[in-house]
Amino acid sequence: MSMDAQDRAIVNALQGGFPVCERPYAAVAEALGLSEESLLARIDALLADGTLTRFGPMFDADKLGGAFALAAMSVPAADFERVAAAVNARPEVAHNYARDHALNLWFVLATETPEGIDAAIEAIERATGIEVLAFPKEREYFVGLRLAA
Amino acid sequence: MNAPLAIAELDRALVRVLQGGLPRVPRPYHAVAETLGVAPETVMARVEAMLASGAIRRIGAVPNHYRLGWVANGMSVWDVDDAEVDRLGVRVGELPTVSHCYRRPRRPPRWPYNLFAMVHGRDRGEVEAKVAEIAALLGPAARAHDVLYSTRVLKKTGLRFGAAG
Repeated sequence: MSMDAQDRAIVNALQGGFPVCERPYAAVAEALGLSEESLLARIDALLADGTLTRFGPMFDADKLGGAFALAAMSVPAADFERVAAAVNARPEVAHNYARDHALNLWFVLATETPEGIDAAIEAIERATGIEVLAFPKEREYFVGLRLAA
Repeated sequence: MNAPLAIAELDRALVRVLQGGLPRVPRPYHAVAETLGVAPETVMARVEAMLASGAIRRIGAVPNHYRLGWVANGMSVWDVDDAEVDRLGVRVGELPTVSHCYRRPRRPPRWPYNLFAMVHGRDRGEVEAKVAEIAALLGPAARAHDVLYSTRVLKKTGLRFGAAG
């Protein structure tokens, strides 16, 4: 899909703080010179065609008592699809990427408790027979996406 | 109406209802309130409180950055002097197009890096230019670095807490 100028304006506007009020879409639509109805329709269309992966609150798992951890594995090329599928099958795995490095599979675990991270790692090691290296965050310096559409 | 929920329980219910996204209806917080059987004012007050506490980082859209033309992303990783990493990590995080910047543990001998900065660009050249900028900023405090490019997105879902939560 090629985005038109209006879609770009919508995506850029929605990356900021969305209001908490009775008619938040109407408030944003007014700032963009759109009707509430057409803004809702455009957001639905951008979600449906995959331009947006999500619309809503971004939760910080740590502050909700949950835990996040980055983890990596070194997977032999011949075994890659099997191991990637086994990792993806775990509900604790939020993101999973192939990367060009000896550690070639990198994923993010999100669990309700810190203990859940260890349990998920053990389950993945058991299912795949490959060691998982965990990289829990020790300090967060910045998190945010500032990509202009 | 349900009996009044304790705040922790209410927040948990809100996470469960909202993790799939904010309803796309004219009065989304009212719709959530109806689902939970609480007053709309209560939902809005708890969402505001979670924004203030940081439990909700922000409310908004998560663009598919590939679709927006930001097709190159490199995880730059740096072995930075322990005495300098916190001061410098903050400065790296301030650079535009760095989306995540964390200190994480080294795993010697396989992994000597303690600073992770995710860098986005429209192509690898842009990512490399940004990595050079980070290298200049870190100076001699960075003893080694690498850039891991993603070659495939294998899974990407939002935060999912248990449905039973």
